Amino acid sequence: MNVDWLLTHSPALLIAIPLLAAFLTPVIDRINKKARDAFVIIVLIIAEIIMIALAWDVFTGSAHIYTMGASNPTATIPSQAAVPIRIVLEVDGMGAFMGLISTTVSLAAGFYSLAFVKKETGQGRYYTLLLLMLVGMLGMEFTGDIFNLFVFLEVLSMASAALIAYRFYYGDAVEGAFKYCVVSSLGALMVLFAIGLLYGQYDLLNMAALAKVIEYTTLDKIALVLLIAAFAMKCGAVPMHMWTPDSYTVAPAPITAMLVAASQASLYALFRICFSLYGLTLDVTTVGIIIIALGLLSMFVGVTMALPQKDIKRLMSYHAVSQTGYMLLGVGVGLYLLGKSDFDTYGMAAMEGGIFHIINHALYKGLLFLTAGAIFYKVKTRNLNEMGGLAHSMKFTTIFFMIGALAIAGIPPFNGFASKLLIYESAYHVSPILSIIAMLVSIITLASFVKVFHSAFMGPPMENAEAGEVPKSMIIGMAILTVGIILFGLFPGWVVSNIVHPAAQALAAQAGYIGSVAGGA
Amino acid sequence: MIYNIPFFAVIILIAVGMYAVIFRRNLIKIAIGITIVESAVNLFLITLGYREGGVAPIYTNLPANVVIPGGMVLPVPQALTLTSIVIGVAVLALMLSFVIRIYQYYGTLDSKKVRRLKE
Repeated sequence: MNVDWLLTHSPALLIAIPLLAAFLTPVIDRINKKARDAFVIIVLIIAEIIMIALAWDVFTGSAHIYTMGASNPTATIPSQAAVPIRIVLEVDGMGAFMGLISTTVSLAAGFYSLAFVKKETGQGRYYTLLLLMLVGMLGMEFTGDIFNLFVFLEVLSMASAALIAYRFYYGDAVEGAFKYCVVSSLGALMVLFAIGLLYGQYDLLNMAALAKVIEYTTLDKIALVLLIAAFAMKCGAVPMHMWTPDSYTVAPAPITAMLVAASQASLYALFRICFSLYGLTLDVTTVGIIIIALGLLSMFVGVTMALPQKDIKRLMSYHAVSQTGYMLLGVGVGLYLLGKSDFDTYGMAAMEGGIFHIINHALYKGLLFLTAGAIFYKVKTRNLNEMGGLAHSMKFTTIFFMIGALAIAGIPPFNGFASKLLIYESAYHVSPILSIIAMLVSIITLASFVKVFHSAFMGPPMENAEAGEVPKSMIIGMAILTVGIILFGLFPGWVVSNIVHPAAQALAAQAGYIGSVAGGA
Repeated sequence: MIYNIPFFAVIILIAVGMYAVIFRRNLIKIAIGITIVESAVNLFLITLGYREGGVAPIYTNLPANVVIPGGMVLPVPQALTLTSIVIGVAVLALMLSFVIRIYQYYGTLDSKKVRRLKE
């Protein structure tokens, strides 16, 4: 087993290892609880290491194509059949970029969970579902097959729904999970219907092969509307955001951080459909404006809804909606300019800003949700009016929260600043109003987090609270994300040119995506 | 015309299911609505896959004078439908178990009363 072998098979291994480990976890759970915890962490670390190796290879070299069940993507079995039907995994810059986010957030959530769910029952099943969430995310990000995308979307949705309801004895947790389940299964059925429409016309399921022959007929437009609506709903864009605060609030904190990454996997699917599947055949001006409008609405409505919230996690969930708006705005501007002469000058910068914001958001929003979980762990309430003075006893959590809050508000030198600046600069060229709204939202975000910081951490110590810091494993989980925030904030130039640029390039260059599967079908 | 009837059925079923999900207040009826939409999508896939006069692609059991591979049906839509049915069962089971838990904690299935989160 050498490095080349590992790299060649890494796309399949990254899905297979967590999937098999997920179903081994309950077995090990029967034997020994400590062994199970160690097993889950080791699997998450292995996934992270393989992902980093694969991502490095993709960023410095070319996209990885992995064909299931044949030596190349175009082989037909039996040999006289006309159409190759099989699953192809396709890891290009964008897929590898998203995979890095998913594995990193899962690793942090895994460490954090060790202490967070220690007193709960059914931990074996908790970790099984956590690993299945990772499988769902990685599958969505790697697959080159549109039906496979649907299957992994459902794997992800079902695992997430069950985990949101994990602390079912709160009652409202089940309510949030039911909402999430209804929204995601309706969304997934819309995706399946769109897949049926595309298959009925072209007899193809492979995205690259479809992209080659797609014609933007009326049926294709209907399919595009269904796909955009479904994935925008799954990533929590206004006006389809109503499930986000409900389910983010009630899920256990590490799962909320995972849900942020899961929403971004849906965002990735949305971008993949627009750029790689339809590409220049679609009316980029109209669709670009629709996505920009979704982004602006999400930013503004999200942040204004966040201001009056008293529940710390509900407040952060509305901020998650608002931050999704920045990504939609950045990449929407890129889509709007795709194929126009200005694309190279600032369209690319806008896409880099939007894509960079995805990883920044996963890091700082994940961190903020984890600190909210740490507060809940100690104080046993999410109500901001009932807490105060936590800075006296929870020093690490306070520092982590400050870093996360400054990063989300776009204060230099943290990572949120770098991506927001890219978005402001490039959106300004399309219309100054876009940048003005984006900056305004950033200021309101800062105001809102100042409020949270003041009411949770400042003031005299609470009398009836458990004193002391949260357990070590929770601090490790938060530290993993904090290190990412600081590194990305200090070296944004290196990150943009080595990680974000290949990802944006992979999305923008549709011909490269089609060509990479050797001509498709 | 006769071959288009299933497509009209698909549209009607999706409309009925969406109506149940959006306007019905009983949580079990919402679950039923999702199942109806799912059946409609499955019907759509199966209808797409129907080819008049085609035979199943079982090589060992082919009738005489069937052209290979032109006379056989590529069974992809059927495979998609099977996958979708399996996923649908899991979704329905999960949703109904949520409904059971919600009934235990709230004592009602009315979605207007199950809203502790909004308070």
